[in-house]
Amino acid sequence: MNFLYLFVILPLLMMCGVAVLKQAKQVKILMLVGSGIILLTSFVLLYLFLQARAIDSVSPMLFRSDLMWYSAFNIKFSVGVDGISVLMIILSSIIVFTGSFISYSMQEQVKEYFLWFLMLAIGVFGFFITIDLFSMFFFYEIALIPMYLLIGLWGTGRKEYSAMKLTLMLMGGSAFLLLGILGIYFNSNGGNGNLTMNILEIAKTHIPVEAQNIFFPLTFLGFGVLGALFPFHTWSPDGHASAPTAVSMLHAGVLMKLGGYGCFRVAIYLMPEGAETYKILFLVLTGISVVYGAFGAVVQKDLKYINAYSSVSHCGLVLFALLMLNKTAMTGAVMQMLSHGLMTALFFALIGMIYGRTHTRLITEMGGLMKIMPFISVCWVIAGMASLGLPGLSGFVSEMTIFVGSFQHPDIFHRVITILACSSIVITAVYILRVVGKILLGPVFDEHHLALTDATWYEKIASVTLIISIAFIGMAPFISSNIISDSLTSIISRL
Amino acid sequence: MEPYILIALFILIIPIFSFLLLGLLGSKMSHKTAGLIGTTGLFIVALLSYITAFHYFFSFGKVGETYEKFSASFQWLHLTDHLHIDLGVLLDPISSMMLVVISTVSLMVHIYSLGYMHGEKGFQRYYAFLSLFSFSMLGLVLAPNIFQMYIFWELVGVSSYLLIGFYYTKPSAVAASKKAFIVTRFADLGFLVGILILSYFTKTFDFNELTNVHGSIFHSHITTTFMGFSVFSWATLLIFMGGAGKSAMLPLHIWLPDAMEGPTPVSALIHAATMVVAGVYLVARLFPFYYFMTPHVLTVIAYIGAATSLFAAVVACTQTDIKRVLAFSTISQIAYMMVALGVSRYGADGEAGLGFMASMFHLFTHAFFKALLFLGAGAVIHAVHSNDMSDMGGLRKYLPITHITFLIACLSIAGIPPFSGFFSKDEILVAAFHKDIVLFACQYLVAGLTAFYMFRLYYNIFWGKENHYHHTPEEAGLNMTGPLMFLALLTVVTGFIPFARFVTSDGLKMETEMVWIVAIPSVLVGVLGIVIATIMYKKPTTISDKVATSMGGLYKAASHKFYFDELYMFVTKKIIFGLISGSIAWFDRHVVDGFMNFQAYWSNGLSSKIKGLQSGRLQQYAWVFAASVFVIAALVIF
Repeated sequence: MNFLYLFVILPLLMMCGVAVLKQAKQVKILMLVGSGIILLTSFVLLYLFLQARAIDSVSPMLFRSDLMWYSAFNIKFSVGVDGISVLMIILSSIIVFTGSFISYSMQEQVKEYFLWFLMLAIGVFGFFITIDLFSMFFFYEIALIPMYLLIGLWGTGRKEYSAMKLTLMLMGGSAFLLLGILGIYFNSNGGNGNLTMNILEIAKTHIPVEAQNIFFPLTFLGFGVLGALFPFHTWSPDGHASAPTAVSMLHAGVLMKLGGYGCFRVAIYLMPEGAETYKILFLVLTGISVVYGAFGAVVQKDLKYINAYSSVSHCGLVLFALLMLNKTAMTGAVMQMLSHGLMTALFFALIGMIYGRTHTRLITEMGGLMKIMPFISVCWVIAGMASLGLPGLSGFVSEMTIFVGSFQHPDIFHRVITILACSSIVITAVYILRVVGKILLGPVFDEHHLALTDATWYEKIASVTLIISIAFIGMAPFISSNIISDSLTSIISRL
Repeated sequence: MEPYILIALFILIIPIFSFLLLGLLGSKMSHKTAGLIGTTGLFIVALLSYITAFHYFFSFGKVGETYEKFSASFQWLHLTDHLHIDLGVLLDPISSMMLVVISTVSLMVHIYSLGYMHGEKGFQRYYAFLSLFSFSMLGLVLAPNIFQMYIFWELVGVSSYLLIGFYYTKPSAVAASKKAFIVTRFADLGFLVGILILSYFTKTFDFNELTNVHGSIFHSHITTTFMGFSVFSWATLLIFMGGAGKSAMLPLHIWLPDAMEGPTPVSALIHAATMVVAGVYLVARLFPFYYFMTPHVLTVIAYIGAATSLFAAVVACTQTDIKRVLAFSTISQIAYMMVALGVSRYGADGEAGLGFMASMFHLFTHAFFKALLFLGAGAVIHAVHSNDMSDMGGLRKYLPITHITFLIACLSIAGIPPFSGFFSKDEILVAAFHKDIVLFACQYLVAGLTAFYMFRLYYNIFWGKENHYHHTPEEAGLNMTGPLMFLALLTVVTGFIPFARFVTSDGLKMETEMVWIVAIPSVLVGVLGIVIATIMYKKPTTISDKVATSMGGLYKAASHKFYFDELYMFVTKKIIFGLISGSIAWFDRHVVDGFMNFQAYWSNGLSSKIKGLQSGRLQQYAWVFAASVFVIAALVIF
């Protein structure tokens, strides 16, 4: 059996367990243990991958295996990973792990909640291990459906509206995506032989340029909607604002990364000429995302809206860097995915902790929390520093890699748009420090808040895990950077 | 040399280690332990710095006749084929000198804070941040490449943010820390873009290559221009923008006076002696590049420096908060160093390279006497619990040690021999004198103003009308007066260091001599400033009020710091928050999202219109069927 199947089987087993167990407490313990095992498994995968890579440095994907799924259309369940997928799997398991800890205080319909939560996890893991278009799309949709229920049932505020909006917009995106995938499929044989959904086989042939020019924008838009591409990002503020904490974490931390991952694994890798044709258009859109999201965050009053707009900005930078179509910028893009995934998960976790205590997310109704809950506040400052790109934390290295990479283009257009994107580091500082100043520092705003308590043990474990990961990437960037740039070689060689 | 690279590494490791120790375990420690850990760490760092600097200047640094650069680093992050970020250390005359400056002032501040911050809540946090700052600042000066400098540049900015906002329950401190961070961040954007441009065209971040006058970069002929200026001019100008932000040059100086909200020892360390001179250090570090590749940018720097020094000196004459007077004085003095760099030439023969050496010399002496002034002001504030001049007066009786040391520092900054400020300031004036008479005149005027406002400050604190103090002000303990006395000693002796032998732009020894034609008038103008201040402020008189009224608009504008703060508030509140962000947020909610909601709305409406088509009533279907048959038939027939 392929080692990668474990990432689908383990959550499936956990789902069975959750379904069988009666008491909420037992379900929660199972989640903690199970997600811990998944986390360990993902590190074992990294170890095995690096060993296998040392032996075989040629194949673009390792741990390959195929299962025939539907032979009439030559659709297989093909799995395989390169360094980037391994890192994304690790990111996903960290978020699932910390999300489970954060959900430990969940009260209502615990069993159902965790069932959907695990299904979301299956979708995410499945997406990262498969390398055939059909299975990718399959898992992509599996990840989307539980979102609707998780937000609609366990959410807060205008939850029905937000759940509907998020699902419809993302479904709209996947309609584009389906067209794109079918377009690739029907052009995948290079004029002879069987049609195939397998990315590696498609990459061996050449999709006609006319077809690329039609299907690249469809595919890129399809994934781009999930990556919060301007102007299709508006699901993000509403969706995040209504989602329960762990779902926001998983969604912003991992699900939005599916968009960026798909963009380069499918759109750019398979249709490089299409990317070349459309890059100006999409660079402008992503450039707008970066700056626009940051400015949008400056005046928001709801913590979740601030973080959602900040995600638009940071995820915009991912797509922006991918479209630079060079190795350095793309390495930076993947690092930014990791970095943003961890940072934003930490932010959402902390927002959840604060909201759970103060019952408000409006920054105008809080103040001086540093005095009341020092642990949470210090974590918030660290997350903020990571977000505004403090050296030593993950945001800095990924942004710098992106900026230096993007600046290697000799023409004025790329230079100017890179400088504009750079300016986001100042705006980010503005909104981060605004929030820190308003809610953490200054005098205590509400006397009732004085009675509140600091983080509990499970919240501490979640926050510390995320902070350690952020600091690790920030202090030893060469590790992830080398893994990523090795894996990019096969993609770059096609550009 | 090898062991010294290792020692330099330890200079970095010790403070970061004590930061982590105090940061993670501080809450479980007593104040005493925390203070002890921080101070001991810094003591060792200071010791190692002295050893390194001593051996650099007197044994291994000199190869033949020149002081060479020694560096070691490892690759931290690979970027492109040419570019990679390395971390390491670089020893050369200016970094060795800075090691001495930073570790001395930092150690003094650590000791002083034991008394000043005694019993303060968050004492451990304070020492943790001090260690973080020392680490970042030492890393900045030891950086062997421009990207490492940028990394530590940002870290210094954050430590400064954390320390300014140390009293975080005070809204003014929070606002000041935010302002400091954002203004310097904005400047750092320029620095970053400058690095991007510079590194793209030179293919390196490394200082050794960027400043090697015999290297290929200086003989490359890159003629690419952008908007009429060469790319290198853009690069160096933008890099200077970063330096101007940290060093508080016009118009990016606005954060520094507000930064005085931090604890006073922090102001002494960060906002007087070390971090604020980072901009000067940056230009000095890249000096050969500036001089040979973009000489006109150096001229721009000189003029910005001159304007800043004059502006700040005028404002300093009108402030009543003693820390703000010192803050504007700092801005003015740093601008002095910038002017010196701007007028300097590369090389060491005669007066040509005097500016560079004078700038570094002034940096060196200024660090000690300005730290002394701030720590003295801290002792005064500690005694009377106020920052305002009107709450002081006649304190010389109560605070004898503070009084004497403060006087020494005032004489030094006023340029009175034999104190250190005289020597370094004199070299700067000589350098300006040889290059540009306008700049010289401006700096000469500033020298007089400096003497005036410093003695205005001095008399207002220690002489003048005696206040009715609630409790008699008392001299603080030895841990506070000790550093004062030590720094006063340094202020007396550092002027006699033959600086030109050690620190020059090209590493070669330089001969300097007293230029009497400049030195005598500069002393005279200092004395004149002191005399005027004595007449106006030594005894309570109304002369100062009369002068203020006769100045009219100028006085008012100066006391409002020429309305830069109002401008800043207008730009941030009205333009960035209101105009740009506000309209983007509105646009996003109403236009972009409105469009999406509109899609949902009309598809909802349309479906409710056409849902009648699938009513399930057979009669309706039959009617439609029959009607369609007729229509089709009619179409076929006609």
